[in-house]
Amino acid sequence: MSSKHDAIEAQSKAMRDERRREDDEARGTRFGDQILDTDVYEENARTGYFNYVPGNNDDDDEDDDYASSLPNVKPKAYGPTADILQNIPNIDRNYDPLAEHRRPTIADRENEYQKKRRMIPGRISPERLDYFAEGGKTPDPQAKGRSYAEIMGEIAIRNAKTDTRNQLAERAKAAEGQSSTTANGGASASGEKRRRRWDQTAPADDNDPKAKKIAYDEAVTPAHRMWDATPAPGQSSFDETPVASRTPGAETPHHSATPSNKRNRWDETPRTERETTNSGWAETPKTDRGGMDDVDYIIRSTPTPSTDKRRSRWDETPANATTNGGSFTPVAKEIGVASTPRTSGSFTPGMTPIIATPVGTRAANMATPTPSQIPMTPEQMQAYRWEREIDERNRPLSDEELDAMFPPGYKILPPPASYIPIRTPARKLTATPTPQSTFSGFHIQESAHGQSAQSNQLQEYQPSGNLPLLKPDDLQYFDKLLQEVDEESLTPEEQKERKIMKLLLKIKNGTPPMRKAALRQITDKAREFGAGPLFNQILPLLMSPTLEDQERHLLVKVIDRILYKLDDLVRPYVHKICVVIEPLLIDEDYYARVEGREIISNLAKAAGLATMISTMRPDIDNLDEYVRNTTARAFAVVASALGIPALLPFLKAVCKSKKSWQARHTGIKIIQQIAILLGCAILPHLKSLVEIIEHGLIDEQQKVRTITALGIAALAEAAAPYGIESFDTVLKPLWNGIKQHRGKGLAAFLKAIGYLIPLMDAEYACYYTREVMIILIREFQSPDEEMKKIVLKVVKQCTATDGVEAKYIKEEVLPSFFKYFWNQRMALDRRNYRQLVDTTVEMANKVGSSEIINRIVDDLKDESEQYRKMVIETIEKIMTNLGSADIDSRLEEQLIDGILYAFQEQTTEDTVMLNGFGAVVNSLGKRCKAYLPQICGTILWRLNNKAAKVRQQAADLIQKIANVMKLCSEEKLMGQLGLVLYEYLGEEYPEVLGSILGALKGIVNVIGMTNMTPPIKDLLPRLTPILKNRHEKVQENCIDLVGRIAELGAEHVPAREWMRICFELLELLKAHKKSIRRAAINTFGYIAKAIGPHDVLATLLNNLKVQERQLRVCTTVAIAIVSETCSPFTVLPGLMNEYRVPELNVQNGVLKALAFMFEYIGEMSKDYIYAVTPLLEDAMMDRDLVHRQTAMTAIGHMSLGVFGFGCEDALCHLLNHVWPNIFETSPHVIQAFISAIEGLRVGLGPGRVLYYTLQGLFHPARRVRDVYWKVYNTLYIGAQDTLVTGYPRIVDDNIRPTIDENESLQKRIEKPRNDYARYELDYII
Amino acid sequence: MGDRYNIHSQLEHLQSKYVGTGHADTSKWEWSSNIHRDTYASYLGHFDMLNHIALCENESKARVRFQLLKRMIQPCGPPHEKMDES
Repeated sequence: MSSKHDAIEAQSKAMRDERRREDDEARGTRFGDQILDTDVYEENARTGYFNYVPGNNDDDDEDDDYASSLPNVKPKAYGPTADILQNIPNIDRNYDPLAEHRRPTIADRENEYQKKRRMIPGRISPERLDYFAEGGKTPDPQAKGRSYAEIMGEIAIRNAKTDTRNQLAERAKAAEGQSSTTANGGASASGEKRRRRWDQTAPADDNDPKAKKIAYDEAVTPAHRMWDATPAPGQSSFDETPVASRTPGAETPHHSATPSNKRNRWDETPRTERETTNSGWAETPKTDRGGMDDVDYIIRSTPTPSTDKRRSRWDETPANATTNGGSFTPVAKEIGVASTPRTSGSFTPGMTPIIATPVGTRAANMATPTPSQIPMTPEQMQAYRWEREIDERNRPLSDEELDAMFPPGYKILPPPASYIPIRTPARKLTATPTPQSTFSGFHIQESAHGQSAQSNQLQEYQPSGNLPLLKPDDLQYFDKLLQEVDEESLTPEEQKERKIMKLLLKIKNGTPPMRKAALRQITDKAREFGAGPLFNQILPLLMSPTLEDQERHLLVKVIDRILYKLDDLVRPYVHKICVVIEPLLIDEDYYARVEGREIISNLAKAAGLATMISTMRPDIDNLDEYVRNTTARAFAVVASALGIPALLPFLKAVCKSKKSWQARHTGIKIIQQIAILLGCAILPHLKSLVEIIEHGLIDEQQKVRTITALGIAALAEAAAPYGIESFDTVLKPLWNGIKQHRGKGLAAFLKAIGYLIPLMDAEYACYYTREVMIILIREFQSPDEEMKKIVLKVVKQCTATDGVEAKYIKEEVLPSFFKYFWNQRMALDRRNYRQLVDTTVEMANKVGSSEIINRIVDDLKDESEQYRKMVIETIEKIMTNLGSADIDSRLEEQLIDGILYAFQEQTTEDTVMLNGFGAVVNSLGKRCKAYLPQICGTILWRLNNKAAKVRQQAADLIQKIANVMKLCSEEKLMGQLGLVLYEYLGEEYPEVLGSILGALKGIVNVIGMTNMTPPIKDLLPRLTPILKNRHEKVQENCIDLVGRIAELGAEHVPAREWMRICFELLELLKAHKKSIRRAAINTFGYIAKAIGPHDVLATLLNNLKVQERQLRVCTTVAIAIVSETCSPFTVLPGLMNEYRVPELNVQNGVLKALAFMFEYIGEMSKDYIYAVTPLLEDAMMDRDLVHRQTAMTAIGHMSLGVFGFGCEDALCHLLNHVWPNIFETSPHVIQAFISAIEGLRVGLGPGRVLYYTLQGLFHPARRVRDVYWKVYNTLYIGAQDTLVTGYPRIVDDNIRPTIDENESLQKRIEKPRNDYARYELDYII
Repeated sequence: MGDRYNIHSQLEHLQSKYVGTGHADTSKWEWSSNIHRDTYASYLGHFDMLNHIALCENESKARVRFQLLKRMIQPCGPPHEKMDES
């Protein structure tokens, strides 16, 4: 033994020495060598240092023009000075350290496509007529809703407009190209434009003929469009109207400074300032709320560059800045010029500008406009919050504070007569820091007045009354709540609006109870409020750019609830709701999609199919793909809500539309979405669905053909494995299609075929596979990524079908498959990688493992690591599926060799290699024996590696191959590994330590306790301190190992050590992870078994006194387990004695332990029931609810255990104690009561319990009847048949019914006439 | 734990899905009708019970079974018209 140990010792020492030497060589500090600075530091490392003393703020001083207007000092910002910031290399100034802790808004994670709806002003569509109200009367033309004809007209106009505009754009582009080649020779048009932007002396654009030409869109500048007669509110949205700021005219504002001038940065401030807030259409942008009558609506939703191009300088008119919320004026130089918002009009009102507003320290230098009611972007919001906090800290000292600060004897002088206080708020803000900056050094805020001041500050922006706090971003929606008004003086409409607003605010920001109450109220009053006022407030909120997930969830919930109540009232608002909810259907968040579906399906149920169709019909041939996409998805949801058959005629018509291909496209897409959404539920309608779309395969429009093929693919996927007969008609066009198409169209067709082949029977599948395989093999070479993925998928599907023979695949497919797909490039893309592995595994299932592995095994030594990984993963999957019987000795050698190579060469240690190695070794089993020494050598070497990851992986590998080592009877090797692992128990990285413990566990498991080296008596004491480790992985593995030892080899360790471990285990009961707690509890059981229950029990009972509930619960479970493993009679006396401790927690703990114990010991309960009955009886008479509750649970478990052992007397006695608890109200007690009754029903028989129940079934008090019926129902469901014998004899109503017309009603009721007796019972009695 | 609690809070709803369960407004007639049907079902289901009854009534088993089935329709006679209000 010791010699072996020495050998290992020597080996590992040699390794360590070598490693040290290598390290030293790498660093160049060989012992005895001269050490030079250049050896330690790199030669030119100093280039990174500053070679100058930071200058005296030379170019930053003039930073603040306004500063000179302040008395002599410059306000100091917190944090490092500008110098330092300037000179820190490679610092990302935009880095926001708090970013990861900020709750992300939904807008943040939307992609370009999803953002579309936000970029478009006023998407929320106005009200529409309800054709189905009042029984389908022709609606009043004077009504304010818009009719179907109007909407269709608008859409036609809009589409025509977009077309024209696109044409214009194309023409302009052509013209642009021309002009750039002719007019100015070298200068391209874009260069022209750029130069003009910077060129200070640029002439006015109007004089530039070229600019005119370029600015094709000046013809449609929003300013003109605004007066456009078409009342298309919100619909202007879908076209790609260039925004005003893109026109060159808007990009050449007045420049007066030269670039070299320091004042240059002022010129970058928003130049187009709004002069007044009330200048009609240039009104503060605000998300529309309330009445959206058309004119007003257009005007507001049109982005307009304002005309006033006055420069705003803070030192001039700070007051003005307050009206311009959309644009912050950055002051600090570090704010990029480009990041300044140019024209506030260029942004969609109320929407997020794409420009990053400076945050963090930079924001400190900025003055913020006072919060007026303007929409803010999240970034602005952040800056604003931050800034407000800074203001708070820098607020001037109050009189009280000064009094406290100065010694007595000072007096307050009156201000000089000439002094005029600053009135402009913006200036006031910049002026505040002055007093603060006069003293430097550390300063602790006095919390008392800090808080009071803060609350004052907050109060300013908070609504009065019992309302939750407003977030700054809520201001625009809830501003009306800030005004104190007399509710009585408002019109009923306004009152309603205010009421709704309050409720919504409570739901959005309130505490859970507040929210719950508000939600109930808004639901109850939904019809009273009316659909209009409700949706006009909810929907804009949902469109808010700063909305968070939770808030959206709540608002969606509100809609959901009120939809039920509003029912048909909702009809005029269907489109409005759709516009807001449809985007949820393409949200990346699964739950958002589900919520969206739920709302739309409820909407469909409330509004009816006809309304849904007439509302969404216009969107079907919308020119914007986004709208069509979401509409198609919404339609699919409608179909799932109202049934496919209801929608079929409509879909048929749409898919056959002659007018526009967009309609056909959308129609087919709807069917595709239906298939995806409903899955196999489409089967009854499969034939008609296929018929509806089949003509799309030969449509003249490419896109329609593609979507049709995709639709068929979706249908086939949903129908699998049934329904091939429904697809008969499309097979031919599909096969013709794959011969005719190329590119994207072909991909879609192939996909459809790929999904169809698995539905066919073997013979057909074989035939069609051969047909399609020719095309597939041709497409193997396609460079298109999408095509590659689809081809791989189809190959996989074809290979998986029964009809295809292995020989065919082997000969026809494999050569080119490996030639074109098994290359390094495929490994780079994650999705390709996945798909290729799956397909290859599928092929291996067909042609056998050695065929495939032979082809790829040499690639294990490829130079690309990603590629090697792909190979390993494939081999792993193949060998797990098919085993290693197919692999000959040569391949086996190659395999192990390759895997060892790949394992050693890996640079990023991840699970793929590890699992691959493990799978191969386990699959080869005994055949590994020859290679094990080599593998172990590798493992040992890697266990000694510098990198923690490598060591961890090596340990993990030991755990994986321990079984095989045992199989190869390499106990000696395992012993060595065990010793090495034992030495590494001092490991400092918890992840690694966890793996090492896991490896030890793996070895112990297979080698057994007695043969283990190091011996258990040495191993366990080393583990005890490790139990203290707080890392979850370490804890889990350690407790597993300890538990295993306690279970199988407890006798190797002295009892004292086990007691010590017991104490450590108590701590583990606090662990968050359930598996750790469970392992700890089980270990208690093993230990108790090993050393006897008394000491363990004493420890555990002591632990019942602690405060923490989780600890107590775990302790009770542990007690129960101990009593189960060591027989209850060893534990019960102590436990029952503990009940006498007059302490609530302890008594409850004892009861709980009893409950668990009876649950675990089952039938053994019969020996203990009479012993514990007095205790339970006492507990059942306790005033404390929890006492009774726990006792009832115990009784429930106990009576289940003693069923059939004749303990009815005790049970009946206990039932008498349980029964009065029938009227308890706490849900936990009710639950315990029901479970006790259920237990007693089994233990005592249902008849007995029935007689307890009968007394209350027809009690005059409803409350009594309610609960008694509940108990009766539980009984009835549990023992329906047995109850038959137990029912009471019900007295007959003697007189037969004779219905006499002349008899008075009163008499008839009085007349009893039913026959309740069960006569057959008399046969028995 | 949470799961079980939830089930119990919905217990009533769950129970109401079964035929034969009752509630606070169940009338005597409804309840006893259910009792009778259960009883007949039990007789029909237990082979020995059916034999016994047939013996007692001196009828063929098939006829007894038929009778029992027929009686399940309105085992306690027609309901009172005003049952709900009583």
